[in-house]
Amino acid sequence: MTHETASSLQPPKVIFSPIGWMREHLFSSVWNSILTLITLYILWLLVPPVIEWAFLKASWVGTSRDDCTPGGACWVFIAQRWSQFMYGFYPEALRWRVDLAGILAVLWGGPLLFQRFPWKKLFGFSFLIGYPLIAWWLLYGGDLFGMTTVPTDQWGGLMLTLVIAAVGIAGAMPLGILFALGRRSELPVIKAVSIAFIEFWRGVPLISVLFMSSVMLPLFLPEGMNFDKLVRALIAVVLFQAAYIAEVVRGGLQAIPKGQYEAAQALGLNYWQMMGLIILPQALKLVIPGIVNTFIALFKDTSLVIIIGLSDFFMIIHRATVDPAWLGFATEGYVFAAAVYWIFCFGMSRYSIALEKRLNTDHRR
Amino acid sequence: MKPSRSAFLSWIYDPKIRGIIAQVVTLIVLGLLVGWLAHNAIVNLAARGIASGFDFLNDPAGFGILQTLIPYTESDTYARVFVIGLLNTLLVSALGIVAATILGFIMGVARLSKNALVSALATVYIETFRNIPPLLQIFFWYFAVLQAMPSPRQSLGWFDAVFLNIRGLYLPRPIPTEAVTAFVVAVVLAFVLWWVIARWAKRRQDETGQPFPVFWTGLGLVVLLPYLASLIFGSPFTWEVPRLRGFNFVGGWVMIPELVALWVALSIYTSAFIAEIVRAGILAVPHGQTEAAMALGLTSQQRLRLVILPQAMRVIIPPLTSQYLNLTKNSSLAAAIGYPDIVGLFAGTVLNQTGQAIETIAMAMAVYLTISITISLFMNWYNKRMALVER
Repeated sequence: MTHETASSLQPPKVIFSPIGWMREHLFSSVWNSILTLITLYILWLLVPPVIEWAFLKASWVGTSRDDCTPGGACWVFIAQRWSQFMYGFYPEALRWRVDLAGILAVLWGGPLLFQRFPWKKLFGFSFLIGYPLIAWWLLYGGDLFGMTTVPTDQWGGLMLTLVIAAVGIAGAMPLGILFALGRRSELPVIKAVSIAFIEFWRGVPLISVLFMSSVMLPLFLPEGMNFDKLVRALIAVVLFQAAYIAEVVRGGLQAIPKGQYEAAQALGLNYWQMMGLIILPQALKLVIPGIVNTFIALFKDTSLVIIIGLSDFFMIIHRATVDPAWLGFATEGYVFAAAVYWIFCFGMSRYSIALEKRLNTDHRR
Repeated sequence: MKPSRSAFLSWIYDPKIRGIIAQVVTLIVLGLLVGWLAHNAIVNLAARGIASGFDFLNDPAGFGILQTLIPYTESDTYARVFVIGLLNTLLVSALGIVAATILGFIMGVARLSKNALVSALATVYIETFRNIPPLLQIFFWYFAVLQAMPSPRQSLGWFDAVFLNIRGLYLPRPIPTEAVTAFVVAVVLAFVLWWVIARWAKRRQDETGQPFPVFWTGLGLVVLLPYLASLIFGSPFTWEVPRLRGFNFVGGWVMIPELVALWVALSIYTSAFIAEIVRAGILAVPHGQTEAAMALGLTSQQRLRLVILPQAMRVIIPPLTSQYLNLTKNSSLAAAIGYPDIVGLFAGTVLNQTGQAIETIAMAMAVYLTISITISLFMNWYNKRMALVER
């Protein structure tokens, strides 16, 4: 019997040319080629008109609608209303206070986002405790050093959206962690109360919670004790988001091996020491993507406060589009609003992915 | 340390007793809080002269509703308004769930496509729509697109049967004829036969290992039997096509712009999330499974149907159901554009008319809680059925 060696196969061709790349990724089979052609057709239908509308035929400078060419986007509208979109009806002379609060947030809180920042603890604690007080004083004012008070019904625009999102996040985090611990508790009453709380808020839409805060809450408070409309909305947002955070954190708690609890107990730590020093740091690290997703959802949900008449970023834009002086530019307004929301949400999701990679200390290969 | 002192204090350190104390304190605080709220509510309601209780449900509503799935006149009761709101919520949720699932599966698979162009386009779609608030999307479709549609006379038309204008989307409406009974019987019969064949095929495969193309046979029956029925007994439906009469369209089905905007926006928004769930589900199936299936000599279609999809569905179904729930809850954004859903009608109009905030909002919330519980019960049941049984 004779054996013949099969002729060796050629090594696979590694092609770096654009044509080779296209052959591999776009035209590898008949079906693939058809798909490519269909997609190209769809792109051809969509992209040129959009580019023409948004850039080529768009008008950028001017003061009124007469400066806009028909057939193109009228970005003059956005430019003219820019400061209203940012600050709402906050008195113009006092807008530096909003800017200052924003700058402080970036300078004080911004460094916390970076890994190699040396005074993280110092900055972190002072930021968490000090910043809210200073920001409130700057935005709202008060008697201290004779700041003029700006009632919250003059707040609006992107500033209000950011305030609601920030307070919602800051309030929902600790409350959510508490309810997550409560849900995992071995004490039946505390467990039952936590489950009832979480399932209730997760089962109803935010709109109905906001309705509740605006019309039902006043009924449940004694005569004369009436919260500001914004505060009521904030309470609703915090309670609502806390339930979602609680479920995310609960997932993290469930993922911590039992040995960690046992080791902590063996060290003689009590419940709060065990949770605070051993379990929660590990659990929270595990669920960062889930927490950021909840933040993103919260940021998008802030737009719902229009239901109870607050003038957040989106509402200010929507109102501007029905202003008789600028009728017919709804698309520009919505596209601008969408772009701003998109930048925030997309940015947060990218940051979460980066954080997840950085904190990934597990021993998987 | 003196023994008496440590004995006296030691109970504080007993976790059991601590636990009991913590719970008793929780109960007392909770009880006091609820009592205080209830007291305030009673005082406030009395002071404002608002009636409490659900008697208002029998009163006539006295306002018109944009869209009702069941007959309604202004003299009907608030109870009927509640049912109408509920049906409208269910309608837009059901429409949204179907469309979002189809779009989501297409986009999820497309993002995994080997075709660079297709996957790039799907990525852009997903990243765009899931990062824009649903309310903004609804407003966009409602105010920027549908309100900018032409008048009925200049409406956009497709195939001379479907029309879109500022008043809504007009679709042909099927009107049953006498032959419809035979048609329905044929459909039912086809599904019964499908089920019988599936059982027989499963038994035969268990005994002999011979597979049988159940799906294609079943699908063939479902298409063929009703078709035969309509050949023999005549067409089961005549189509009432919308026609322009004077200034407006007459006949056919009309979807009001509020419904169209809500439907389109919710479907697109949710589909972006479903796409990611589908992608994650497919990626979660280890590549070894595909290789093992290839080694068994299964065709690519069999690999997908028998090996990949069943395992992917295990990962997909739980988050998919929560997306369905989210879509249903998001349908409450209807209130912002005036589609008469349960929140808009009840927590909006009825509350304004009757002032009975507690009852109306409680009823609206109860609807969503019921839907949530139903969906999560279904999910748990399904999960248990599909979960991997390990030794």
